[in-house]
Amino acid sequence: MASIEKRKIIISPVTRIEGHARITIQLDDTGAVDEALFHVNEFRGFEKFCEGRMYTEMPTITPRICGICPISHSIASVKACEMIQGIKPAYTGNLLRRLIQLGQNISSHALSFFHLSSPDFLLGYDSDPASRNIIGIANQFPDIALRGIRLRKFGQEISERITGKKIHIMGIAPGGMAMPLTAENRKALLDWIPEAKETVRIGIDIIKNFHRENEAMVKSFATSPTLYLGMIGENGEQELYEGNLRFIDADGTILQDQLDPKRYLEFIAERSVNWSYLKYPYYKPYGFDKGFYRVGPLARLNVASKMKTPEAQEEFLLFRAIGNGKPVHGTFYFHYARLIEALCSVEEAEMLLNNPAIISTDIQTHGRWNYNEGIGCAEAPRGTLFHHYITDDTGKLKNVNLLIATGQNNPSMNRSITEVAKQYIHDGTKVSEGMLNRVESTIRCYDPCLSCSTHAIGQMPMEIDIVDRDGKLIDHVIR
Amino acid sequence: MSLLDIDERILDLVKLADIVKCPIVDGKELPEVDITLVEGSVTSDEHEREILHIRKQSKLVVALGDCAVMTNVTGMRNYFQLQDVFDTAYVNAISNDKEGKVPDHPALLRLNDKVVPLQEVIKVDFVIPGCPPSADVIFYVLSEFLNDRVPDLSDVKKLRYG
Repeated sequence: MASIEKRKIIISPVTRIEGHARITIQLDDTGAVDEALFHVNEFRGFEKFCEGRMYTEMPTITPRICGICPISHSIASVKACEMIQGIKPAYTGNLLRRLIQLGQNISSHALSFFHLSSPDFLLGYDSDPASRNIIGIANQFPDIALRGIRLRKFGQEISERITGKKIHIMGIAPGGMAMPLTAENRKALLDWIPEAKETVRIGIDIIKNFHRENEAMVKSFATSPTLYLGMIGENGEQELYEGNLRFIDADGTILQDQLDPKRYLEFIAERSVNWSYLKYPYYKPYGFDKGFYRVGPLARLNVASKMKTPEAQEEFLLFRAIGNGKPVHGTFYFHYARLIEALCSVEEAEMLLNNPAIISTDIQTHGRWNYNEGIGCAEAPRGTLFHHYITDDTGKLKNVNLLIATGQNNPSMNRSITEVAKQYIHDGTKVSEGMLNRVESTIRCYDPCLSCSTHAIGQMPMEIDIVDRDGKLIDHVIR
Repeated sequence: MSLLDIDERILDLVKLADIVKCPIVDGKELPEVDITLVEGSVTSDEHEREILHIRKQSKLVVALGDCAVMTNVTGMRNYFQLQDVFDTAYVNAISNDKEGKVPDHPALLRLNDKVVPLQEVIKVDFVIPGCPPSADVIFYVLSEFLNDRVPDLSDVKKLRYG
């Protein structure tokens, strides 16, 4: 049996300019699904080409990894630099970095929910793909579309009002920030808060309605249990910027608590696989086969004991009730978790902006090269992110290791797609529209940062080749 | 992503043009179009096929962003042998276990030895530099073209690198 060559189905997105993915579904010789291979088709080689550069260049180079979450890279990077210098950031500089990161979390979550996902919830999964996008929402629900666009804008504007730029900002520097927040800009941002909060609330209503009306689907959608990893604060509260890590198992038992991110190599390993440019990380003590863990909004709310702001805390209790005290495994709940985080980020931004110290000019301390090694960690909108640098004695980089958020969800995304394929493909020769929709919405739940391409607003374009065991094409589907 | 930073103005833009294929709207085959904005450098066999196809289908190709215009950070790997770049990520990274393989599945794109900007592969009609380009400039350029005018970037405020 094992020697028989497997047949293959390839699902390939055709709309992409960068970072595209495709899927091969491997069948056994009875035509049943063996496994799905989720191909991430993007590789740029940062780990190599940063070698030989000064470590201080990294906060500027690494944000170019992604246009949606560049700030997380800046932050993980400056933290690694600060470890190399052995310094702590200035008080206000640290507050400003936290504020900018909250802004990114708000804009990224707004993009994921309003631009990319709300068309499915408001117009329906079966509505005309040509208008199942933010423009379609603008035609039918103009207020919601405008609000979604403006919520994203608010998040981006936090960066712009501090640094003068929305994407790939300069100014997040080792030791703090290179520029302060002016009183005028602080006021302008505070004026946005009520509208931003209202918009997130509207999003929460949309997702709750959708949960009510589609209870069976939501509850049964890709529910395989996994471990979870997320950052927490000193009291176990959900945290994005500065804290330690917590791993929990599928029952919610804490496996590691208040783990210093600098020890990540003791607990996380990755395996390269031949079918994807994205590696497969796993929880080291459990090994590759059993160590699946997830990161991102769902994981952060599963590991946290509480939220740090009042309105988000109320929603958090409702969220946790879904799991009856256990972790919420349903992949569909990523959307709800994302909105609760957006609410928390708006509330926390308000708290920070109301802190008189936020406009102080005590923004940067200065250091010089002191140590050979630096590790920085931050929660990107999509999950925990690690930067690890090793330098020579002049500060030139000898070794760079980057553990990216989406990578850590990669094994679970792959498994969720396999589950969907097994559910829908039995005779091995036909791929139904229903299956394509499920694969698409599964990937969308994770909001992977290859979203620029695989994660189009509207219908995800796919191309399917069904190939028999001799490699001969027997069916071909494009949508 | 920077295109989205034109915020509400995207609703003005769709009054002047249909966005037929883009990360924010679905499209099937690329039809014949008036304007294509292309981000990113050409790094692989697939990008090459794609960009040639885009050139054939488009009246006007605009290179959008520093990667498209001059490769920028994407081109930094040109100083190294491709095999070394792969080995660093997939074999020698300190978080890797020892079971790693360099990806070579037939469904993956094949990386070229060198990353090149768009104009080394096709004729480019207009460039908007910047990493990212400013949203105001993207909106300005599109509005000019859509109103049958040629945009003028000679104003220093509109030209931005990095």
